Amino acid sequence: MKITLNHRADILETSKEKLTINELLKLKKFSFTRLVVKINGTLIRREDYDSASLKENDNVEIIHMISGG
Amino acid sequence: MNFQEIKKKLKNKTVGIAGCGGLGSNAAVALARVGVGRLIIADFDKIEESNLNRQYFFSDQIGSYKSSALKENIGRIDTSIQVDSHITKLMPEELIRLFAKTDVVVEAFDKAEMKEMIVETMLTGLPSTPLVCGVGLAGWGGNELITVEQYDNLYIVGDHASETSEEDPPIAPRVGIVANMMANVVLEILLGKNK
Repeated sequence: MKITLNHRADILETSKEKLTINELLKLKKFSFTRLVVKINGTLIRREDYDSASLKENDNVEIIHMISGG
Repeated sequence: MNFQEIKKKLKNKTVGIAGCGGLGSNAAVALARVGVGRLIIADFDKIEESNLNRQYFFSDQIGSYKSSALKENIGRIDTSIQVDSHITKLMPEELIRLFAKTDVVVEAFDKAEMKEMIVETMLTGLPSTPLVCGVGLAGWGGNELITVEQYDNLYIVGDHASETSEEDPPIAPRVGIVANMMANVVLEILLGKNK
């Protein structure tokens, strides 16, 4: 599946037509627990990570929030 | 634009600063020095000795509330800057109320869950107000790793990877770099691109 992930073209190794956010996080091995996720500019809240899905050509932003300030 | 023109433009601007620790205190001072007319600052915490390795406070301020001490320090730099200081742990409702009329908000919290909270709150509650966040500033060196990533109205400044810990503490140079880069992004938003 071809998507844009954080401004860059990315090809996801999957045969599925749709992926949930949690499936994407697992696939990309993203390990930070605090995230901001947007699909095509729309904020996806944590409680929707198993229901919200992305598909071919979507623009996905996954921003890690890391302690320190 | 000469400095008087810059100052004149910034005089009518308001910047919200969420958190007055390493990022917030240093970013606020930079913005005050160039003449941002009004700063709305908030923090619930008091100054500890261990904060002095990076935060814009002085040893005789240990035990004071950070937001009150920061207001005092800014007043010593420029008495014409209006500083509204709030001793509070910001939660979504209050955050939106305090920052509703700001031109830009600076996220300067310590904890990742608070950073996540403010981004979610701003994106849903104040989507047209730019938000500048600091993410990844632990340790020393690695100047080349510190960048600004823009996602529409959301700007993320830092190395985007290093988490502070006992073995990788936040210390003055790198925290100061990220804080000043955040202030620099704020200026770019308020004044437009220079280059």
